[in-house]
Amino acid sequence: MVDARYFGDGLTYLNPSDLKGKLIAVEGTDGVGRSTHIEMLQEWLEVQGYGVITTGWTRSNLMSKTIEMAKAGNILDRWSLSLLYATDFADRLEHQIIPALRSGFVVLADRYIYTAFARDFVRSGDRKWIRDVFGFALIPDLVCYLRIDVETLALRVIETTGMNYWESGMDLRLGTDLYDSFKKYQSLLIEEFDKMAEEFHFNVVDARKSPEEIQEELRGHILPVLQNHKRTAGVEHVPV
Amino acid sequence: MTDQEGANAVPHPYSGKLIIVEGIDGSGKSTQLLLLHKWLESKGHKVFFTEWNSSDLVKDTTKRGKKTKSLTPTTFSLLHATDFASRLYHQILPPLKAGMLVLADRYMYTAFARDVVRGVSRDWVRKMYDFAIKPDMAFYYKVPIEVAISRLLRGTRGQFKYYEAGMDMNLSPDVTESFRLFQTQILAEYDKIVDEFGLLTMDATQDIETQQEYMRTLVEEALRGYKPRRGTYGRRTLFWRRFDVPKSE
Repeated sequence: MVDARYFGDGLTYLNPSDLKGKLIAVEGTDGVGRSTHIEMLQEWLEVQGYGVITTGWTRSNLMSKTIEMAKAGNILDRWSLSLLYATDFADRLEHQIIPALRSGFVVLADRYIYTAFARDFVRSGDRKWIRDVFGFALIPDLVCYLRIDVETLALRVIETTGMNYWESGMDLRLGTDLYDSFKKYQSLLIEEFDKMAEEFHFNVVDARKSPEEIQEELRGHILPVLQNHKRTAGVEHVPV
Repeated sequence: MTDQEGANAVPHPYSGKLIIVEGIDGSGKSTQLLLLHKWLESKGHKVFFTEWNSSDLVKDTTKRGKKTKSLTPTTFSLLHATDFASRLYHQILPPLKAGMLVLADRYMYTAFARDVVRGVSRDWVRKMYDFAIKPDMAFYYKVPIEVAISRLLRGTRGQFKYYEAGMDMNLSPDVTESFRLFQTQILAEYDKIVDEFGLLTMDATQDIETQQEYMRTLVEEALRGYKPRRGTYGRRTLFWRRFDVPKSE
């Protein structure tokens, strides 16, 4: 992260210029296979000798319990829900992501701020506020977006974990049952992810392909970022 | 929402009234609000009261953060915004929409003062609270730092609160000195906020009764034309309980 930048109003008390590592985010809706691929990427990178840490949505020490509690209550309003996610993210950013980048690690983020953007937009129709709130976030070096259509996603989720209340957006009352609600909610999310893919230049990977093909594509996107990183390390003496 | 001013800068459309107090610990703002509450109730108003940082959800988390010393200026600020959002939605808006009076001990200006002194961006914290509604009346209880300290030291509380003293900022190992340093900066920040948002500055060094008399005069004027709304004449103090965040086990 040679020219590390903040998304908006950054952390005024933290200078991001000395972050040597690389921040790679894997985005995509629920059940699309992000965690599986991140595990495989970690293995692949470590074999090559890169230090890797992974960080996942709602997994901060500070907030994971709080968020579980809040979700159990089912009474969250749009702002509290988004702010809880933002708090969790900030805790991981300052205690995991930034220290790891400073030490030269590759950070693989299972979901990033774009998940929060999509979820808040679906609930509010407003893009500005949530982006302002996440102004303190670092812009990743690379965002890979695992894209899937809602029909395939629905089948895949039923076959594996099953549909749950929050992944179905039941708080939005979009459908009369879990299945209808899931499909409506997830298609809204996918629609917004697609828009963001253009706006923020995500690397789109078709998540309907076989796991091997997907992994191959992901590696293809990641390699240049890492090589670029190695080159810049010794670039000082290269004449223009 | 994109191009217009934030909701926190324009008058709210609801028929109720929102009255808030701001000031540092030891300014006497809570005492003044309590006395106002009594007076309004004695006049037959149904009044709802809410205070800063009071939801269980956030209290537990702040406590955990304090124990592990892991709260940063940003997570501290976000947590308080979460608490505020939850109270706004569950406690403040329903009575306001129903045309009732809501009293708040501290409001978003506390975050604007405190979080900025802790080190977050001034713009960022204002944008984050964009969803808040503008109070009908906002009182700022202005007090010199030494007066606040002597009140807190000889008062009923007898000691400073950890975060109020800014103990997490390592300004001084001595809690009184830390409070003095931290709150002096906060007072300076409040002075800017008073101008920016047009808070009513109250002289918090005066007698309690004198201050209260003045506050009541101002509130009475502001409420002229306001028609109190009550659903019932019975005592149903538990009515809003159903909107509370469930307690943790």
